[in-house]
Amino acid sequence: MRYIEPHGHMVSRVTDDYVDMATAGCAAVCEPAFWAGFDRSSADGFHDYFCQLTEHEPKRAAKFGIPHFCWLCINPKESEDVQLAKDVIALIPDFLDKPNVLGIGEIGLNKNSRNELKILELHVDLAARHNQLILVHTPHLEDKLKGTRLILDVLKSDRRIRPERVIIDHVEEHTIGPVLDAGFWAGMTLYPESKCTPARAIDMLETYGTERIWMNSACDWGVSIPLAVPRTALEMKKRQWTADAIDRVVYQNPLKFLSQTPKFRV
Amino acid sequence: MTRQHVLDLYFMEARSKLIDLAAFLDRVERAEGEADFRLNALQQAIRELDTGNADRAKRVLLALSDPTTEPIPAAPGKGAIGAWQGSK
Repeated sequence: MRYIEPHGHMVSRVTDDYVDMATAGCAAVCEPAFWAGFDRSSADGFHDYFCQLTEHEPKRAAKFGIPHFCWLCINPKESEDVQLAKDVIALIPDFLDKPNVLGIGEIGLNKNSRNELKILELHVDLAARHNQLILVHTPHLEDKLKGTRLILDVLKSDRRIRPERVIIDHVEEHTIGPVLDAGFWAGMTLYPESKCTPARAIDMLETYGTERIWMNSACDWGVSIPLAVPRTALEMKKRQWTADAIDRVVYQNPLKFLSQTPKFRV
Repeated sequence: MTRQHVLDLYFMEARSKLIDLAAFLDRVERAEGEADFRLNALQQAIRELDTGNADRAKRVLLALSDPTTEPIPAAPGKGAIGAWQGSK
């Protein structure tokens, strides 16, 4: 089996996870910029983090034969401090030419505040000006419905944004429809408690089809499973999906979206 | 998949989760002190299971969601708790 992990926060994981992913057939891993679990105190902290994502982590992944790619931004959890967010956004253009940078992400909303919305708009503008792919984080739990609606409004109101170049991640049963209907890609995150389980993800694939959808583990420093994608592939097999149909979801779909930037090669 | 196949694959898991949910409600009831809005929200969402439509997961999620449309003035923190408390 082969698969692409399109969303994994590998700087938070141990090397054994790389071993397991390589063993399971991981052909590439893509790492969106994320909240560290604590607020960074300055833009310099983000500069170091972006160096980690673009220089150090690709070398660590390469030791296990896995190409490593990344997305850059300031996460919405840290967007309430508008000046810090603006300082961080100003750093990003210097990193966009790095060979493993796929685009801007994971941008979006967390608590759906005015400041978060303002920083989301600045990120979208940055992506549009530099012709970058976009990866969007949608809020957690009770905030997801409202946040997804606000995010869709922002993206649809910017005429420079082409929906086929944007993936809106962490969709669930109540948000996947509007995302796909608007022409965007949808990401399903496989978590043990929040977001969605493998069974529910497959339910959504069986309900909405397999076009413009990928699955990811979003493994990070919290409760998450780096092998969630291959484990879900195993569950698809139990549900009588053919090998070709599984391959389409776990490999060909992320390959199709990510290949919109010539930097992505597996 | 046939319904028989779905039952073969998932019945035991669903049974286990249902008993866990029942035990959780019992545990809350046995405990002392006041509950908060989360218990009401969960009980409202549970009612969505008893309808005949095949979109129960979606309706449970909607029942637990913030239905408002305007951004809030400022983020009160970073976390989410799983149910909407209502407008304050």
